Amino acid sequence: MKMDHSLPLEYSTDQNKLNILGFWIFLGAEIMLFATLFASYFTLANRTGNGPTGAEIFEITPVLIETFLLLTSSFTIGLGIHAMRLGKQKAMLTFFSVTLLLGLAFLGVEIYEFVHYVHVGAGLQTSAFTSILLTTLGTHGAHVTLGLFWGLFIILQIKKRGLTPQTANKSFIFSLYWHFLDVVWIFIFSFIYLKGMM
Amino acid sequence: MEFFERFAVPHPSPAIYASMVAIGLVVIAIIAGLTYFKKWGYLWREWLTTVDHKRIGIMYLISALIMLFRGGVDAVMMRAQLSAPENTLLDAQHYNEIFTTHGVVMIIFMAMPFIFALMNIVVPLQIGARDVAFPRLNALSFWLFFMGAMLFNISFVVGGSPDAGWTSYFPLAGNDFSTSVGTNYYMLAIQISGIGSLMTGINMITTILRMRAPGMTLMKMPMFTWSTFIANVIIVFAFPVLTVALAMGTMDRLFGTQFFTMENGGMDMLWANLFWVWGHPEVYILILPAFGIYSEVISTFSRKNLYGYKSMVASMVVISLMSFLVWVHHFFTMGQGALTNSIFSITTMAIAVPTGVKIFNWLLTMYKGKITITTPMLYSLLFIPLFTLGGVTGVMLAMSAADYQYHNTMFLVAHFHNVIIPGVVFAMLAGLTYYWPKMFGFMLNEKIGKWTAWLLSIGFLLAFMPMYITGLDGQARRMYTYSEATGFGTLNMISFVGAIIMAVGFALIVYNVYYSTRYASRDISSDPWDARTLEWSTHNPVPEYNFAIVPEVKSSQALWDAKKEGHNLFKGKYEEIHMPNNSGAPFLMSVVFFIWGFAMIFSLWIPAIIATIGIFAFMAHRSFEQDHGHHISVKEIEETETKMRGAK
Repeated sequence: MKMDHSLPLEYSTDQNKLNILGFWIFLGAEIMLFATLFASYFTLANRTGNGPTGAEIFEITPVLIETFLLLTSSFTIGLGIHAMRLGKQKAMLTFFSVTLLLGLAFLGVEIYEFVHYVHVGAGLQTSAFTSILLTTLGTHGAHVTLGLFWGLFIILQIKKRGLTPQTANKSFIFSLYWHFLDVVWIFIFSFIYLKGMM
Repeated sequence: MEFFERFAVPHPSPAIYASMVAIGLVVIAIIAGLTYFKKWGYLWREWLTTVDHKRIGIMYLISALIMLFRGGVDAVMMRAQLSAPENTLLDAQHYNEIFTTHGVVMIIFMAMPFIFALMNIVVPLQIGARDVAFPRLNALSFWLFFMGAMLFNISFVVGGSPDAGWTSYFPLAGNDFSTSVGTNYYMLAIQISGIGSLMTGINMITTILRMRAPGMTLMKMPMFTWSTFIANVIIVFAFPVLTVALAMGTMDRLFGTQFFTMENGGMDMLWANLFWVWGHPEVYILILPAFGIYSEVISTFSRKNLYGYKSMVASMVVISLMSFLVWVHHFFTMGQGALTNSIFSITTMAIAVPTGVKIFNWLLTMYKGKITITTPMLYSLLFIPLFTLGGVTGVMLAMSAADYQYHNTMFLVAHFHNVIIPGVVFAMLAGLTYYWPKMFGFMLNEKIGKWTAWLLSIGFLLAFMPMYITGLDGQARRMYTYSEATGFGTLNMISFVGAIIMAVGFALIVYNVYYSTRYASRDISSDPWDARTLEWSTHNPVPEYNFAIVPEVKSSQALWDAKKEGHNLFKGKYEEIHMPNNSGAPFLMSVVFFIWGFAMIFSLWIPAIIATIGIFAFMAHRSFEQDHGHHISVKEIEETETKMRGAK
């Protein structure tokens, strides 16, 4: 395997570079996926039928907690990648673990939020608005859930194999994924919750 | 027994029972044959687990041809039913199922794999690469497509086919009006194969951006590679829209959500919009690689470089952008208002401009060229006038006011077949003939090939020109019969005759494969067409590693320039080559996807949950797996190269 030592570990082999570019293109597809969900949300947001409107069911406290948790986790994973570039495996693993814990806490609050919605009569089948609301949030939540497992697997691999071009590559790509989920959340926060509460 | 009743076909007929028997017999025959000839191991080692782009391409090709015949039988049945007024060959329900599966099979399971076949086989060779960027993912793409296709096809005998049209508009496709599981098949089978298409998109873009031979700048890429690149960019941006639309449709049908329903705020037109936001770019995903094939063929057989290379590229880029801005023209009559319709009328007409640029470029490539009329060239020459005809009727349809006359008539059916058959199908057949020696090491018979091309063209004209007339006279599409008083009888009979002639043409392709396999000379050079691009600079058939030495390129027609100017494309000496390992995971994971899809279709929740866990287990396995591939030693390369050269 040819290695280029002038580049960071995650970019050091040809396959690593391909993986990172490929993942960026995948994120392009993910942007389209969420863009379609948002477009559908804006189309259906006021079509509440006999169900409640957004303003009636949204609660600011859990949403703020979720936002705080996810934004912080995006920061800690950035620190994790920084530690990785410095070759500090232990610090990196700590930051990755913190990230996943924050993600887990986010997911917990989101599950609470979903239970709350169903409780106040805004289930998946209630109206077009609740269907698209829960689907959009649920798609993001499913991405976070997948990320928790993925991140955990990467931590286990680094513990076992150390920082190699492969594990560094995976970690870097995972950080792109995690930042992306954060960006999507910012849009959800602004255009679903804040706009819905106004 | 109640449990098994759900798998019964809701609307059976002798034809369906006969197909059940036929499918059963074919499956038994395949299993018996593989066992008798002891080919299970061969099948597993060489094909089911392969990650080689050439073999994956060949598997796409075989699947596409099989699906072409499945869709073709549907077409002939429809034309037979309509050949006379008040015909009773098929009843309304069967006719509905057949036009639905014909559309889905032909677009998703025939045309798409056919272009993927050519992309897979040609693009890595054309850019001087040894494989695609993610060979394992490529195998997964194929198997997801394949399992999606199989899932869709069993709907015919298990549970009932979808019957809401290939566009599956809601509320018709909702539970109220489509009570069988047919539309579930539609939603989930297309979803599974669509995930595969998206992965191919990512794979091809990365391959083309990062794995080109030294010296091949973007503007020195051969035109087929350019068209593949742009088509895959469209795939990456269009397919997620379909993913979401299908997921929403599935949830409406299975989980009682209210996206496209008629009450509780649901909006049926949202489906139509989302479907066509994917659906119209999809048309260009199919036609751009077809244009790429024509560019290669016309340039090769005119013995001239492609006229207007830069304008060809620019027009494709413009088409790719505009393909996302025309979707409303599929439903001008559904009440958007005059302003919206006018805007989409104009964008639709504007897209004819870059397409026209390409037509003129091909004509000017041929101008003063030394044209040899081979089968691929004959397809290209027939394509230009026939496709232009379809393009012109497209501009007629683009006028939103006039569209109120054409909408949902046979005129529209004639139009889109007029662009897809001479545009996409002819290109795929031209590509099949042109690249056949690259895949299998011998040429297809030219005489049979030309007969096929002429039969398909004449059959096409007879089948579809009458539809323009009956369509303008008001014959609606998707109607299973018409009264004698309409006077459509004669023209529909002519259409039926055309369909039969086309069927004969397609049968001739199979005969040609048989005949050429038996009688064609294996003694052909690596460059039997005297072609211009890199794929013809390596042996026929291509060794596993494609190129023993990575070529160095100076122009968009590297091989031609090397031949004319006598410079060596392959400098340096053999080095050890790194290749990816085979893997059974993509195939097995796709089998689990198949089970998942089947369980979801029939609302079998426990198997569905188990299969979902299975899919994630495969992903987890892949995460922990360490696979560094294998190396081909210099000695092995030398042996292969000597053998390949000796065989000539």
